[in-house]
Amino acid sequence: MTDYAALIPVNVVTGFLGSGKTTLLQKLLASPRLKDTAVLVNEFGEVGLDHHLLENVTEGALLLENGCVCCALREDLRESLRDLFSRRERRVIPEFRRVVIETSGLADPVPIAYTMLAEPVLQHHFRLGTIVATVDAVNGRAQLDRNPESLKQAAVADRLILTKTDLAPAGQVNALRTELRRLNGGAVLIDSNVEFPDPERLLMDDAFDRESRDREVDRWLQDRVSGLRPSEHPHGSQAHDGTYSFSVRVDTPLDWSAFGVWMTMLLNRHGDKVLRIKGLLNVAGVAAPVLINGVQHVVHPPVHLECWPDADHGSRIVFVVQGLSRERIEASLKVFNALANPAMVSESVSPVRDQPALETAPSRQ
Amino acid sequence: MCGLCGMLGRPGHWTETATNAEAFQGRARSHTWHRERQDRARLVNRVLRHYGFNLSDWAATSFVLRSHTGQTSLVDNLTEVWAAAEALGKRDCDPLDEDLLTALSEDEAAR
Repeated sequence: MTDYAALIPVNVVTGFLGSGKTTLLQKLLASPRLKDTAVLVNEFGEVGLDHHLLENVTEGALLLENGCVCCALREDLRESLRDLFSRRERRVIPEFRRVVIETSGLADPVPIAYTMLAEPVLQHHFRLGTIVATVDAVNGRAQLDRNPESLKQAAVADRLILTKTDLAPAGQVNALRTELRRLNGGAVLIDSNVEFPDPERLLMDDAFDRESRDREVDRWLQDRVSGLRPSEHPHGSQAHDGTYSFSVRVDTPLDWSAFGVWMTMLLNRHGDKVLRIKGLLNVAGVAAPVLINGVQHVVHPPVHLECWPDADHGSRIVFVVQGLSRERIEASLKVFNALANPAMVSESVSPVRDQPALETAPSRQ
Repeated sequence: MCGLCGMLGRPGHWTETATNAEAFQGRARSHTWHRERQDRARLVNRVLRHYGFNLSDWAATSFVLRSHTGQTSLVDNLTEVWAAAEALGKRDCDPLDEDLLTALSEDEAAR
């Protein structure tokens, strides 16, 4: 098994047309910390990029494997990354340690993630890094409302970068912040006008990198999970096609096999509507917490922390979904978990249909 | 690479702890790969019986999915189980389905 942490991380910089992707990338690439980064751009736009390892990718046709749009291999990307890696190995180009892909304004980032994890050659050399999405403070709200591409980019991102906040009224910027929080509460939200883009925070820190793993989880727990209460995200919200985020908390340990059965079944049936899953799990019998991370049907291999980051040992999972009920997802997870361990039945309340019998279920004999 | 068929090996499925040894080290109880496969099949069967299917281990490398009417399909991992069950059974296997959750809860309470 390839050591996942040792693979070359591939960051995706996405964002709707004119939202400032290239400007952001230009600022990031000025940092010496990214000098050993190869950059793949979809098109050379008006903002010039000056980088020694800059390649152009023509966004090509998708190879649909099973009819699901997210499970599509990006043929263009496959060829570009294979070629890039081949030239690196032959020492035709410098030995880059990271790749950044700038997508087109209308691109769906998920097939890029799928290509990285499912392509037989690429999966042995590359892994998906953070997905960074730029959202324009002037036009962002309208773009989220009208363009499914913009909504998807923001919903699956790990980092949401608000751009052009100096050009929009403060009230409009705050409303957009609130909307982005509701949409994707698991992402780090950064105002590019307040904070100069930091390559470490935006691209380099992630849960798979052993050095930054703890920092990334602390950031995620403090800024996002604790601030994301289910009550803030009423189930049934129909804004943006019902896309919203919520966190589920389970206090009893999760059985890993039962969790795997549940999540594979959920993603098989609803993977097109489960845009993002990120979680810190208390797995029964395992001392350290296990991190899970998925983008639609694409699930990263789980990783573990050395120890719990705080005194709270409950499992916390953040979902970004489209039109699915939080209550139903939570109830379903608990019912499946109870299959593996009847001691957990006490927590297995079923708001789907109230069943008092669950509270007094006998122990398995 | 498989010596028999020449197929390139694929990384293990994310649900298999053997392929994520680092993430599951230090287990309190002894845990074997074989036991994990049995546990997984047992749990899947608790769900599959509601759709008229049964899953059994095949040579510790794959699983055989069998319908009560005799249809079979060979699958490699959990993700493939559900796709195969839906294809053979021609119905959705939905973990959010009210009837399934009620049935599973009732099964558990009756055990």
